[in-house]
Amino acid sequence: MSETAERVKKIVVEHLGVEAEKVTEEASFIDDLGADSLDIVELVMAFEEEFGVEIPDDAAEKIATVKDAISYIESHKG
Amino acid sequence: MFDLSGMTALVTGASGGIGSAIARALVQQGATVALSGTREDALKAVAAEIGGKTVILPCNLGDAEAVDGLIPRAVEALGGKLDILVNNAGVTRDNLIMRMKDEEWDQVISVNLEAAFRLIRAAAKPMMKARFGRVITITSIVGTTGNPGQANYAASKAGLVGMSKALAQELASRNITVNCVAPGFIASAMTDVLADAQKEALLGKIPAGKLGEGGDIAAAVVYLASQEASYVTGQTLHVNGGMAMI
Repeated sequence: MSETAERVKKIVVEHLGVEAEKVTEEASFIDDLGADSLDIVELVMAFEEEFGVEIPDDAAEKIATVKDAISYIESHKG
Repeated sequence: MFDLSGMTALVTGASGGIGSAIARALVQQGATVALSGTREDALKAVAAEIGGKTVILPCNLGDAEAVDGLIPRAVEALGGKLDILVNNAGVTRDNLIMRMKDEEWDQVISVNLEAAFRLIRAAAKPMMKARFGRVITITSIVGTTGNPGQANYAASKAGLVGMSKALAQELASRNITVNCVAPGFIASAMTDVLADAQKEALLGKIPAGKLGEGGDIAAAVVYLASQEASYVTGQTLHVNGGMAMI
C-alpha cells in the first residue's frame, strides 16, 4: 500500500470513527462507512490540510470511495 | 444552572453597551471571553471593569481579511478552542430609501451580515471537530417588524435570522446550536441619540413601560450558550418588554 493510501486511511479512521479493517479501497464513504454530507466536507478539508492539495467542489463531488480520494490526491499533490 | 465553567467565547462589538454586558455575564458564569471591537482603548476599559478571564482582540469587521483572521486569533488566544461565538457587533446608517447611499447600504450589510457569515464559517470548523458549539447572533426587533429609515439595518437583521436557521439545520447533528436574540429597545449608545420626544413615543409602545438593559440581553445569551439550551436551535428569542409578540 502506498504512503498516500496509508495516510488517507488514517484520516478516514480518525474522522469517521470506524474500524481500520472496514476502510478498504473499495469502501464508499457514504454507503459503507456511514458518512453524511458534513463528514464528507470534513474529510475533504482534512485531506487538503494533510496533503497541501486543493480539492475543488466539483472534484470533491466525484470522490465516493477511499480509492477515489487516494487517486485524486496522488495525481494532484505537488 | 447555566454554568459555563471551562468554556471559551468570542464576543464581537464587546465595547458597546449590549456587548460588554454579554461579555460580563459570560465571565460571571465561568467562561473565558475574547473581547473584539474596533476601539482598543474601549475594549481595555471593558476588560478592566470585568476584571479577569478576558483577552482583547481588536478587529475592524468592515475588513473582510481581518474578519477571516479573527477566529484563528481567538482560538489561539483562548487556549485552542472556541465554544461560543456571539455575533453582537452592528452598525446603523439610517436614511429614507430615496436618500440612502450605496455606502450606507454596503457598510451595514458588510458589518452586520457579511462579517457574521465569515465568522460563523471560520468557527464551524473547530466547532465541528469538537462536536460542540454555540453560535448566538444578536439581531433586532426591526428585523421582524421593519422600521422606517432602516431598510439596510432591517434587511441585515432579517438576513441574520434566515442564515441562522439554515446553519442550525446544517450543524445540528454536530451538537452545534445556532440561535438569535432579538432585542427591542435597549438603553445603549444607539438609543441615546434618539430625541426625547422619540423616546416618549417609544415607551408608549412598550408594555413593560421602560427600555431594556444590556443585562436583559446578556441573560438570554447565557441561556442559549448553556448546556441546558442544547435542544434549542434555529430560534430567535425576542427580548423586548412585550413590544412585539411574535
